[in-house]
Amino acid sequence: MIQLSGVHKAFGANRVLRGVDLSLPKGQSMVIIGGSGTGKSVLLKCVLGLVRPDQGQITVGGQDVTQGDRDAFLARFGMLFQGAALFDSMRVWENVAFRLLRGPGRLPKAEAREIAIEKIRRVGLKPQVADLFPAELSGGMQKRVGLARAIAANPEIIFFDEPTTGLDPIMSGVINQLIREIVVELGVTAMTITHDMTSVRAIADRVAMLHDGLIRWTGPVAEMDQAVDPYLQQFIHGRAEGPIESVR
Amino acid sequence: MTRFLASLGRPVLAVLAAFGRVTLFALQTLRHLVTPPFYLREFGVAVLQIGWFSLPMVAMTAFFTGGALALQIYSGGSRFNAEAVVPQIVAIGMARELGPVLGGLMVAARVASSIAAEIGTMKVTEQIDALVTLSTNPMKYLTVPRVLAATLAVPVLVAVGDSIGIAGGWLVGVTKLDFNSATYLANTRDFLEAWDVGSGLVKGAVFGFIVATMGCYFGMNSGRGAQGVGAATKAAVVSASVLILAANYLLTAVFFTS
Repeated sequence: MIQLSGVHKAFGANRVLRGVDLSLPKGQSMVIIGGSGTGKSVLLKCVLGLVRPDQGQITVGGQDVTQGDRDAFLARFGMLFQGAALFDSMRVWENVAFRLLRGPGRLPKAEAREIAIEKIRRVGLKPQVADLFPAELSGGMQKRVGLARAIAANPEIIFFDEPTTGLDPIMSGVINQLIREIVVELGVTAMTITHDMTSVRAIADRVAMLHDGLIRWTGPVAEMDQAVDPYLQQFIHGRAEGPIESVR
Repeated sequence: MTRFLASLGRPVLAVLAAFGRVTLFALQTLRHLVTPPFYLREFGVAVLQIGWFSLPMVAMTAFFTGGALALQIYSGGSRFNAEAVVPQIVAIGMARELGPVLGGLMVAARVASSIAAEIGTMKVTEQIDALVTLSTNPMKYLTVPRVLAATLAVPVLVAVGDSIGIAGGWLVGVTKLDFNSATYLANTRDFLEAWDVGSGLVKGAVFGFIVATMGCYFGMNSGRGAQGVGAATKAAVVSASVLILAANYLLTAVFFTS
């Protein structure tokens, strides 16, 4: 479904991606792991077209992401941002219904609000939250609203950027469980980036490790612990010693 | 010698490149202004924020400026027995210059900073990226409504400012300078021409466009973190203010020199 071939991206002299090859089949949940600053977010943004790769090709369902109708392409995606990225001038339900209220297939306000409240319930929040502003919510609630917004228009593909960063372990568990449920329930293709190994084990069907601008290892989550790659082993066990420099 | 020339050329090239980027941004804004979709709700909110909420500040500035202008003209005019021209000069000065320029500068301080800070914060917190993933063009959704609102609202603010500034001059003239109220108003009305007011309104529209464009440009290109947003805010206000003064000179030269 999502295919990256020889993707390069540099910011000035900083070569973030140095030829990434990655394949994600339809309906699977892939988690990309790697240290901070290794280009995981850039990779995700390249797939969405928010960042243009310097070299290489990215296709989604066989379609080159740089070609064709952008709006139709983006309509296939939902995304949960690291800090939720909710629009703070809008109420929670307006955030969730943002896509439903705009564009060629926009719905009447009442219908969009009804769907938004249903999605808010789906992520475990009370309907009363719908009329609050994002600033009135806790970090965990904001993440859940971000998740509700990501699934509001029933996308085929959902991206999760560091979904549990900044949350306590219990809330992280709630978010992980919600993501897994939603991925299975909606049958979507999911790509998550994180360095939280608990999330990896809860969310992933497949894991890919990005290091030094390249995919070091990729395979099913069940094979991750047995893999012999020293970089992967150092990362998943959080060891200070190993081939990955601990001071970057 | 080569090193000296290079050290001179580098900032010149940087300024020219920045000017080019701002010009391209402004042209993009104009292109999006005439192509759908149009976000009317965002336009309405921007009119309220830029126009309505700037009214008290512009009104107070104009009132005190009109009063001070009357005192200055009276004091300066008394040196060659020209105290009587206070109403005419206050009216012409407010309508042609002080109304649009001070109004524009006050709006630059209030609006360019708030637009740059708001959009800059949206960029830093990935709200702009979120807009794109929700199939919404940030130029159309954030920039166009603000630029259009400022271009239409600032002339109205200038018109209100002109009236209040002239009223400030009249109040000082009547209460402190012993002018007859009816004569003061008659002189104001008789000497003020339509183009005095019209040229000020055109200036106001240009200044409004500059203010919102600078706010949006620096917000959209804000650096990371609080420091980045702070720098974007400062750059928006400074560049909008300088451009307003430069544009004022050019427009005055075009309008009033034959």
